[in-house]
Amino acid sequence: MLGDIIQLAFYGIVTGSILALGAIGVSLIFSILRFAHFAHGDLMTVGAYAALVPVKMIGLSPIVAMPFAVLVAAAVAVVAELLLYRPLRGRSSIILLISSFGVALILRSLVQIIWGTSNQVYASGIRMPIVVFDIRIKPDHLWIIGGTFAIIIALHLFLTRTRFGKAMRAMSDDLNLARLSGIPTNRVVIITWIIAAALAATAGVFLAMDTRLQPVLGWNALLPIFAAAILGGIGRPYGAIAGGFVIGLAMEMSTMVIDPGYKSAVAFALLVITLIVRPQGILKGAA
Amino acid sequence: MDPSGLLGFGVFFLTTVSIYAVLTLGLNIQWGLTGQINIGIAGFFAIGAYVSALVTAAGNPAHVGGFELPAIAGAVLATAAAALAAALIGAITVNLRTDYLAIATIGIAEIIRFILQNESWLTNGVRGIADIPRPISEGSASNLIFLAIALVSVAVVYWLAERARVSPWGRVLRAIRDNEPATEAAGKNVAGFRLQAFVFGSAVMGFAGALYAHFIGFVSPEAFDPLFATFLVWAMLIVGGSGNNLGAVLGAFVVWIIWSGSELLTGLLPAEYATQASAARVLLVGVLIQVVLLARPEGLLPEPKSGGK
Repeated sequence: MLGDIIQLAFYGIVTGSILALGAIGVSLIFSILRFAHFAHGDLMTVGAYAALVPVKMIGLSPIVAMPFAVLVAAAVAVVAELLLYRPLRGRSSIILLISSFGVALILRSLVQIIWGTSNQVYASGIRMPIVVFDIRIKPDHLWIIGGTFAIIIALHLFLTRTRFGKAMRAMSDDLNLARLSGIPTNRVVIITWIIAAALAATAGVFLAMDTRLQPVLGWNALLPIFAAAILGGIGRPYGAIAGGFVIGLAMEMSTMVIDPGYKSAVAFALLVITLIVRPQGILKGAA
Repeated sequence: MDPSGLLGFGVFFLTTVSIYAVLTLGLNIQWGLTGQINIGIAGFFAIGAYVSALVTAAGNPAHVGGFELPAIAGAVLATAAAALAAALIGAITVNLRTDYLAIATIGIAEIIRFILQNESWLTNGVRGIADIPRPISEGSASNLIFLAIALVSVAVVYWLAERARVSPWGRVLRAIRDNEPATEAAGKNVAGFRLQAFVFGSAVMGFAGALYAHFIGFVSPEAFDPLFATFLVWAMLIVGGSGNNLGAVLGAFVVWIIWSGSELLTGLLPAEYATQASAARVLLVGVLIQVVLLARPEGLLPEPKSGGK
């Protein structure tokens, strides 16, 4: 019984890592551009499928293929920014939300056209998990957790130590003040998209390593990711990390008592409780 | 195609457009009038369809129900059930930015989809519910009679939505959409008005669900793919003209022509491209939304300048 709990907690940390990477991106975009990015899940899907190309063609492992996934997802995000989001930005931020919902559908249909609709995996065959004190651990799981922690530390250093990181935080605190003090806002926005897309692509590849590739891979993760971002205080990247792990643990642990099909419902329930009890989230977000 | 087949196609086409027009009018109350985002249209549509199906269909041990109520009672209960779901989700998010409502509505739609698929004692799972009666079934004229019912439904919902829009109530909604702080300062209960508009729009979507269930006579989770129902209705409203009820109806008509017309085109492709072809249709509508948002944000029929009258 205790073994089961620890096993599920371990799965929770794996899921939480993936959700945290997604939620940081959603939170960064919200803090700079002030809208909920509905194409984030499908950006993850694009990253996951992009990695499939070098994996299938030259037999790379998905981890080594990651830079390619990041490149493709970042390019997609920047194109969407230049073609759609920037021209629409003069109008209400709600229009951006609707546009991003349209982008989500466009990305998913492109994935279906290019890669088809059937489920795929990076590597077929069964890989034996390592058993440590009755806990089954797959090498992929260690990559996911280790990779996530490395990325979080790198992001922290970027936000606190670099000029652009500081500019991003300034823009998130007060957009007009940042612009007046000479911050090149358009360039910071592009960098925000690149970082958010890189995190999304990584999350997408991790999610596909943990499960399998399918066109709704990212869309199905969108609700828990939003829940994590809101729980952490939307617009607060550090809160999003905490939110991701809380939601991930709750979703996996809940399978002890309810049907695993309702994992998303657990994320939703936590979202609803957050909205009722503390809508600004753990760290005070921009409600 | 022989004339009777063409007539049959026309009747089917117009009935489907009518059901979409009702959905789009519901969304127009929420988005066009009040500026609230609902990404869970399919959820409210499904609630309406399943409630009406369960209370009107004959008894079947595979799922609950078997009350064999008349279709009109089914429609009333469907509308009420969707309104209740909307009131719950609306009450939680009413004081927050509409982004939160948008996120919460995905949650509702996802959970309803899981319930429809997994709780087979309730809904018969993926096998669905069959033998949902028509309100009036007169043999060969049944489809024509149902088309008349659907058209009358559109007219009634249009009339209600238009009345609501030009009323003082609708003016407050537009004021909230355009300048919330000023409306609040004018002493209006912003949260209350917003909640009313959200519940009203979702109730209309529930009613559209009942229309659908009695038209097709069969409901299964597949018909309520959250993406297609939700996505097409958004495309219809944006293309037709957000804030304009006539635009909502026109948008339903135009987008449905594009959607089903593109099916005819992709039908010419070899069968092995079938999945790619249906994805290409979604791509087409997705691009259409973006083009309209960028190049003609007011849609085909812009919102009337004044409240009318």
